[in-house]
Amino acid sequence: MKLLRLIEFLRNHLKAVVAGSVAALVLLAILDAIPFLCDKHHAHTAIEHLPAFWCAFGFLGCALIVLVSKAFGHAGIMTREDYYDE
Amino acid sequence: MSDLWVHPSLILIAGALLLPAIPERLRKGWLLLVPLLVFARIATLSKGTFGEVHLLQFTLTFGRVDALSTVFGYIMALMCLLGTLYGLQVKRAAETMAAWAYVAGSLGAIFAGDLLTLFLFWELMAFSSVFLIWFRGRKESLGTGYRYLLVHVAGGVSLLAGIVLHYHATASLAFVGFNVAHPALPDYLILIGFVLNAAVPPFHAWLPDAYSEATFSGSVFLCAFTTKTAVYALCRGFAGMEILIPLGVVMALYGVVYAVLENDCRKLLAYHIISQVGYMVAGVGLGTQLAINGAVAHAFAHILYKGLLFMGTGSVLHMTGKSKFTELGGLYQKMPWTFAFTLIGGLSISAFPLFSGFVSKSMIIQAGFEDHKLWMGFLLLLASSGTFLHTGLKVPYFIWFGKNHCSKETWEKAAEPPWNMIAAMAVTSFLCIFIGCYTPYLYRMLPYHPVDFHPYTSYHVFETLEILLFTALGFFLLIKKLEPEAKISLDLDWPYRMAGRAFLWFARKPVQATDSAVGEVYRTGGLRGLMSSAADIRVFDNRVIDGAVDGIGSTVRSMGGLFRRFQRGALQENLTIVFAIAAALLIAFLLLA
Repeated sequence: MKLLRLIEFLRNHLKAVVAGSVAALVLLAILDAIPFLCDKHHAHTAIEHLPAFWCAFGFLGCALIVLVSKAFGHAGIMTREDYYDE
Repeated sequence: MSDLWVHPSLILIAGALLLPAIPERLRKGWLLLVPLLVFARIATLSKGTFGEVHLLQFTLTFGRVDALSTVFGYIMALMCLLGTLYGLQVKRAAETMAAWAYVAGSLGAIFAGDLLTLFLFWELMAFSSVFLIWFRGRKESLGTGYRYLLVHVAGGVSLLAGIVLHYHATASLAFVGFNVAHPALPDYLILIGFVLNAAVPPFHAWLPDAYSEATFSGSVFLCAFTTKTAVYALCRGFAGMEILIPLGVVMALYGVVYAVLENDCRKLLAYHIISQVGYMVAGVGLGTQLAINGAVAHAFAHILYKGLLFMGTGSVLHMTGKSKFTELGGLYQKMPWTFAFTLIGGLSISAFPLFSGFVSKSMIIQAGFEDHKLWMGFLLLLASSGTFLHTGLKVPYFIWFGKNHCSKETWEKAAEPPWNMIAAMAVTSFLCIFIGCYTPYLYRMLPYHPVDFHPYTSYHVFETLEILLFTALGFFLLIKKLEPEAKISLDLDWPYRMAGRAFLWFARKPVQATDSAVGEVYRTGGLRGLMSSAADIRVFDNRVIDGAVDGIGSTVRSMGGLFRRFQRGALQENLTIVFAIAAALLIAFLLLA
């Protein structure tokens, strides 16, 4: 099965995959600052003109969602699986 | 009736009724033929008003065909075809019949031109879809189904009460835009009926409860029809109702928060339905042409990618019997194609460029920014990050990669699903990518023209890629925090679930205790006195009471005999009959009042 072989190939070269992904992230943040490539005329607000604004938004948003949700869950919302079985 | 006009729902209902009579060898052909005919019927509908029935002073309109109803009808029929293909090997004919009746309800509501017809089909949806939960056959399925019915009957009552009051106030049953600028009680009651089906908090808890408990193919149907028919009804009736904007934004984030906590992959996807419908509800609240186009486009795209996601996780459930992350993991070796299709669904819902969500979701966000609702735009973008975090990353990672929690039995059972399930996933995947790559296909069907929106600007592509890829970075850095836990999360179904338990406790504890205490008093104190008075009472009893009791007894027995004819034994059927009678009485009241 070719698909399975592709997945295993990527897993066997995990370090290269991780390095490539990190390089892609850095490249994306850099390209964002080049007006010729990323036309910020379409920005909705002034704050979006900050370099790599959406990179920070994505990362911090993700962290915020995970941490706030987990704190909410552990404040008594998450409970044992047989809670309703009694 | 004005002229012969074949209602698409009629084809489905006739197909469903004939299904048990179809010989086994022709059955799969029939299962594909009927939805194909329905799809062809809807694709060839001409615009106009058809199927008008005059009843007393009312005109019931079964076929209002315009741009809005056509696009919803089109996608519902397409999903019916894909869902039936996916569940082709389901042996129980009644399950397919229930699914088709459910779709017929949805199509009937979409093409309804008046509120009474809308209500009838609305209820058909609830009463047919509950069987998709009951047929799972687990101990929990029965209770879940009843809770689902309970909530939808409550919503139906609100809707009907609203319709009755609306008729008395306006003398019209036409299903057109309500007074969103100055809504009155009838408008609010109808709105509650609609938003309950759209799973708007606090009326949302039925959705994750029910959709995670349905059969593997039942969920594929459930995830498409109820909420999106409600979105259609909101687009038609409440476009521009401002309260829907904050409600939609709350929905979008609410689903995301609960998805972080969820351990059951199908329940996680159910929470993400709430999240995604939140975008549509917010779009309806804005009510501008771009926002309504966006809500419709997103409903269209959502039905396909959410169906695909439920097909992928349904395949895992069907093959392994498991749906919890803490009982799965590492399945890429056994089900690589199911992984690939689910990933396409995940990338589509996350609005990756070239996938369907990218060309639909952004339309609503753009409409928010254009209307100077900056908070709405930014919060919906935050919810997009959460969507990718869970559906694009958490679901594929913890089922197909991550730590292998599979038991020996689960691992041995795991394999790619049958050909028809693969085929359904492949076609749906193709459509998700096709919509994302070739925008005219979807944009041409939208209600407002011209569609002045261009998703593939360099800025929008950069914005999306930055948000999503840096969310992925956050996911891998915080992966320890995201490890699934074998727990459930309490939601707003807690009050009515606990109310049932409180009732049982009351029956068991205080009532039983009082009963025992009275018995004790009777035994110790009152026995002797009672014995002497008993003799006198016996005389009275023999002469007076017996005569009366015998008379009542024979009356009750004869009435019992009468009721026995209606009594079918199964509680589900009895409830259905009771609800049907209640609805009939209410409608009779409406017609005669």
